[in-house]
Amino acid sequence: MLCEICKKREATVHLTEVINDEVSELHICEECAEAKGAQMQQHFGIADLLSGLVDLPHDMIPKKKRINIKCPSCGMSYNNFKKMGRFGCAGCYEAFKRALYPLFKKIHGVSYRAGKEPKKPSALKPVIIKDVPKPDINKDNLQELKARLAKVIELEEFEEAAVLRDKIRAFEDKRNSPDKLR
Amino acid sequence: MKFNDLINQTSEWLKGTGAESDIVISSRIRLARNINGLKFVDWSDPETKERVMKISKQAIFSDNYMKDSLYVDMASLSLLNSQFLIERHLISREHAVNTKYKTVFIGNREIVSIMVNEEDHLRLQVIQSGLVLNDAWKIMTSIENSLEKKLKFAYSDEWGYLTACPTNTGTGLRASVMMHLPAIVITSQINNLINDLSKLGLTVRGFFGEGTAAAGNFFQISNQVTMGRGEEEIIDNLTRIIRQIVSQERGSRRFLKVRKKDIIEDKISRACATLEAAHIITSSETIDLLSLVRLGIGLGVVKKLDIHKLNELLMLIQPAHLQKQACVELSSSERDIKRAELIREKLK
Ligand SMILES: [Zn+2]
Ligand SMILES: [Zn+2]
Repeated sequence: MLCEICKKREATVHLTEVINDEVSELHICEECAEAKGAQMQQHFGIADLLSGLVDLPHDMIPKKKRINIKCPSCGMSYNNFKKMGRFGCAGCYEAFKRALYPLFKKIHGVSYRAGKEPKKPSALKPVIIKDVPKPDINKDNLQELKARLAKVIELEEFEEAAVLRDKIRAFEDKRNSPDKLR
Repeated sequence: MKFNDLINQTSEWLKGTGAESDIVISSRIRLARNINGLKFVDWSDPETKERVMKISKQAIFSDNYMKDSLYVDMASLSLLNSQFLIERHLISREHAVNTKYKTVFIGNREIVSIMVNEEDHLRLQVIQSGLVLNDAWKIMTSIENSLEKKLKFAYSDEWGYLTACPTNTGTGLRASVMMHLPAIVITSQINNLINDLSKLGLTVRGFFGEGTAAAGNFFQISNQVTMGRGEEEIIDNLTRIIRQIVSQERGSRRFLKVRKKDIIEDKISRACATLEAAHIITSSETIDLLSLVRLGIGLGVVKKLDIHKLNELLMLIQPAHLQKQACVELSSSERDIKRAELIREKLK
């Protein structure tokens, strides 16, 4: 099936909207799904929760520097997950792991399981996520800081991101204001 | 069982049996499960969906309870027939759209149904009459355990059962109870009650229609969270709260009967009279009037009907059910005439 928006690529994202008992379907490609994301958000309550996750620092990063994590087993990107509010496969839980603690806390009040478990636990194979190098703040180079910020956001290290964002702001303030006023 | 036999039987959950069934219409347990190693439905390809269909069919038919279940390929159903299944609460609204690769298994007496390739690979449902969440859970665990012998479900030691939507992760369990609360509504306590329930982590919705105001004062109350609490805890907690609501409704009914006798009996008698006299009636008017008659049965004012017959009528007056009984498709205005006819017949 071809994408209903661009009519070029194969439709891999299938959406169903139910509004006041009226049902409409949309079959689109991944690219168009990304582009349409903003409009679709309103139909998924969960998207509100998810969009609260990535805070202001995201906007400070030039678009091309944003790297989007993808689930290695199903290809779902974190951005798409945020827009659709649905995981692509069980592996996504491992791929987006760091973002899920705050998400589950928001939805369920806790981020741990309880209750029934399978007779033979079918635990998932962990997917390895590269470690973030701890930022060396002494090397206060603006370019460097921004690159690191992009990196930590990608890895959902939001506390780290907040620290870096403040550093960047301080750096930019220092550079912009006092000299000109003098 | 054949598909067209369904119209001639009453769903188990409407029979008015089970605890507190004058106030609690039914108890329902739903479990979301996915098969490990396969993409979730919305993100999946046709081959995977077909595989899910195939292996879940084998697993379900090898379960003792489900081996004689009615197997329905959603793509083969007419719109009318899928609407009919929605009205009987055997499938969700979502299951009736994008029907390719979607199936449903309907067990004996419609107590169990299993949707395949809905939002999750499997959506298991047990629905029974009255406040019987514990019984429903027992049936559910036995079916789930038997499926688990054939299928490996996506699960993580940290987060529990993994579902397509993060709101279901953990137990994947939604327990809900359908209640008829006319006296709480008439005595203006409903908004406070809904507020209190939401503070307790419960969701309240109208029972008829989706997202609309509660037609006929029928409510559906369910747990919201699926992490951090085990299934039994969720079910015990919900049952305890429902018992409290039941006693609040009973107290309010007693108050109406003693203090507002004339007013309430006037309302109920007028509702009966309208239903007996109408030649054209919409489903929303019918639901409102039947709600008053149902209250009348509870108060001992209405004698010609029992709870079982009334519950059944609530089902039969819905659009797809009217058309299935008539064996023809009917326009909305034709349905309003047929509906009035059916009600006059049943109230004779
Ligand atoms: Zn496209
Ligand atoms: Zn994935």
